[in-house]
Amino acid sequence: MTTPPSNHVELRPGAYADSVTLLQVSRAVQGLDGVLAAQVAMATALNIEVLTEMGFEVPPEASTNDLVVALRLADADALTAALAGVDQALRDANRRVEGSTEIAPPRTTAAALRRAAGTPGHDAIVVVSVPGPSAVVEAMDAVDAGRDVLVFSDNVPVEQEVALKRAAAERGVLVMGPDCGTAVVGGLGLGFANVVSPGPVGIVAASGTGCQQLLALLDHAGVGVTSALGVGGRDLSAEVRGASTREALRRLDQDPGVELIVVVSKPPAPDVATEIEAYAAALATPVEFALLGDGRPDLTAAAEAVLRRLGRDVPTWPVSGVAPDSTTGATDGGVIRGLFVGGTLKSEAQLIAGTGAGHTFVDFGDDDYTSGRAHPMIDPTLRLEHLARAAADPATGVLLLDVVLGHGAEPDPAALLAPAVSTVSQPVVIAVVGTAGDPQGRARQVDALVAAGAEVHLSNAGATRRALELLGDRA
Amino acid sequence: MSTPEAVVNVGADLLADAIADQATPVTRVDWRPPMSGTEAHLATVAADPLRRTANERALAAVLGVTATLVDVAPASEVLGLQRGEFLHAGPPIAWERASGPLRGGLMAGAALEGLVEDPEDAVALFESGANVSLEPCHHRSTVGPMAGVVTPSMWMFVLEDAATGRRTYCSLNEGLGKVLRYGAYGPEVLTRLRWMGDVLGPLLQRAVRAAGPVDVTGILTQMLQMGDEAHNRNRAGTLMLLRDLSPAMVTSGMDAADIAEGLRFVGGNDHFFLNLAMPACKLALDAARGIDGSTMVVAMARNGTDFGIQVAGTGDEWFTGPAQLADGLFLGSYGPDDANPDIGDSAITETAGIGGFAMATAPAIVRLVGGSVPDALATTRRMHEITLGENPRWTVPVLEFQGTPTGIDVSLVCRTGILPQINTGMAGRVAGVGQVGAGLVTPPAEVFPKALARLAELARGRA
Repeated sequence: MTTPPSNHVELRPGAYADSVTLLQVSRAVQGLDGVLAAQVAMATALNIEVLTEMGFEVPPEASTNDLVVALRLADADALTAALAGVDQALRDANRRVEGSTEIAPPRTTAAALRRAAGTPGHDAIVVVSVPGPSAVVEAMDAVDAGRDVLVFSDNVPVEQEVALKRAAAERGVLVMGPDCGTAVVGGLGLGFANVVSPGPVGIVAASGTGCQQLLALLDHAGVGVTSALGVGGRDLSAEVRGASTREALRRLDQDPGVELIVVVSKPPAPDVATEIEAYAAALATPVEFALLGDGRPDLTAAAEAVLRRLGRDVPTWPVSGVAPDSTTGATDGGVIRGLFVGGTLKSEAQLIAGTGAGHTFVDFGDDDYTSGRAHPMIDPTLRLEHLARAAADPATGVLLLDVVLGHGAEPDPAALLAPAVSTVSQPVVIAVVGTAGDPQGRARQVDALVAAGAEVHLSNAGATRRALELLGDRA
Repeated sequence: MSTPEAVVNVGADLLADAIADQATPVTRVDWRPPMSGTEAHLATVAADPLRRTANERALAAVLGVTATLVDVAPASEVLGLQRGEFLHAGPPIAWERASGPLRGGLMAGAALEGLVEDPEDAVALFESGANVSLEPCHHRSTVGPMAGVVTPSMWMFVLEDAATGRRTYCSLNEGLGKVLRYGAYGPEVLTRLRWMGDVLGPLLQRAVRAAGPVDVTGILTQMLQMGDEAHNRNRAGTLMLLRDLSPAMVTSGMDAADIAEGLRFVGGNDHFFLNLAMPACKLALDAARGIDGSTMVVAMARNGTDFGIQVAGTGDEWFTGPAQLADGLFLGSYGPDDANPDIGDSAITETAGIGGFAMATAPAIVRLVGGSVPDALATTRRMHEITLGENPRWTVPVLEFQGTPTGIDVSLVCRTGILPQINTGMAGRVAGVGQVGAGLVTPPAEVFPKALARLAELARGRA
């Protein structure tokens, strides 16, 4: 049996609610079963007009302080339930809403710096590791705010690097990077940084792992480093012209604790080298250039030169374990398979050993191997696969590896590498670049690798020469 | 070198963890990829050597303006508007593409000016285009709420920046319900407009000339601390205006019954002050127009069909996309199908950092969108992500008197994907209906990458 729609209109004097609340109540009531239309509103002239147009008859005594409840029902029997629904909706509208009052994190570097401004301890440095195409945009926020910035990201177009560093120079801001993997700023390690004591040496490095090798060797020799400022691999190129190197040199020169500055880089573009050398010569602090390349001293030789310049003794660089000499063993000569996570360490080994004899050197940190995956200092999977493959190759005479420790790097690299090494029949020589203070514990890593049969060096150059020696090829 | 006291990390969490392990506080940026296809333009604009100082200048220019109400007079006098000239809200549009409420407003305007007897006859007039022309309010230093139709006989508020003498204009607010700005054109609409021209306009003119100038920026400062966000809630502002003007209205020498009706009309129309807030915002934002390299938005406006923005560094060019439907609550039995897409110049309030941007200060209206008080606080905080600075005069008590988020940055919108939040009224889709609801709306996302591309093009041209 169907009944015609029925209208119900009632006035509730003195039952005030604001118009927005009542819009919400009306909407809730409209959604109830059996309700065709509903309007709960204060009886203002406008609302009476609206109600009249909807076909409701509002009692003439209605005043603006009355609440009107107007319902059109499919069936008059639905009235009790509908009125209960109105009361419920009015109560719900007044309930306290439980919502999060937590403040959302900032979405841009600019917002983060602005929030921090004016609060104590706001002297912030910025670390950028977003994808390369967005890196300069975030880094520019730091420059705008006058904050130093480390750009860990790679794949930054060189013209963007030039623009970033030009803006930074105007504001006296230091840009470390792009593609800066490591820095120590006033003792704080950024990126993949080794734990070192403060000391008289300041480093300007265009190479991350080159810087880490230097830090590790100096640390072993008892020489501390308070600041090691990365500048990015392209900083001394003809395009960028040493923009960050100059600022880094200026900062270290102003630091009264720095007695000697070391610049670690590939050889700069020739005219840039002249400019930078002239800039360095004008500083109060002496500058030692460790420029890596064919026919130039390696990193270990550079560290030794620094120690001599400081009047310190050059120690014997530590070696643990002894690899079996393959020239007296089963393998017949063969070649070096160098599998590296550090780009500069790979280049150094390649320069020392040469590739003429068929030696091969792979940098798993190269863009070809990191596209869409983490750096091998964090994710060792790819190198472990190649290690097994190289060990199975009869041409492989010696395996030469590096392990780079420090903040941010794999927490226990030996845990996966040592079992892999123990299954290899060829001699394995590993440069473990790190310090006693590193979170991974260098001694613990070395012990595990030696127990697996590897010979472990602190000096990457020393490890490479030992690999050649094992092949009977004294370089 | 001194040890950094804190680190801001944007990108890999691993690097932040390594810093936190060294007992140094780290702020982690919640970075997400920018709007699709904007990376290269963002980098170009970031590297534009003009950008930083241009944006600082633009923000300072906006914050430096004090808007005062100096006069009330017909548009024919103050704008030189001629018979047959119609101003409208939003970016430029012709009758053919005009939405229902804009058409309704134009039809009411044509009847008001006596171009037609019956508003319905105006359809043929506008279709023919003979002796009628349409132009955006923004092109004539004017802003208009909703349809924003201005005709020569309408009385206008005249606002002035005393420091420069620059002026902006806005019509007088008609109230809610069936009104021209919502596209209604019935006899009651025209009767009210004629009364406003015959009585209210002259009354306000006498009062302003006797008691003025009125510090509109100052009233905005106070009303923001009294629960108004100056777009969908203008109650405190309206009453403060009345407080300033009512003695001079009473002593204006006009007929006592007319004065009483004027006082009743203004006091009974909670949105009366909106038409002062809007030109005050435009006056401030216009100070930033034409600053090369600035990525700051100086206008957001909708004509019911298109949503357009203008940017300080791109001259008078409009970047447009389709106007969106608001999400909110409906009057009476109206529903989403009855609503017209977003319309009106009133988003000038959000452009200046109030309205939806100051939602935190107006908890009384957060339920307009079925929202909560925490949502309102979050909205205002979120708008700080896309703005260049804060307004030291316009502050939000509940946020520890933090200044309102001011100066929408095209780059920051593209970087974060956070769109400006606009509080708005909803007009009926069909001409003649009037208001059907109110709610929240955002610009179409595409307008910001369009503006960014132009900024990048101009930056490359200067390089």
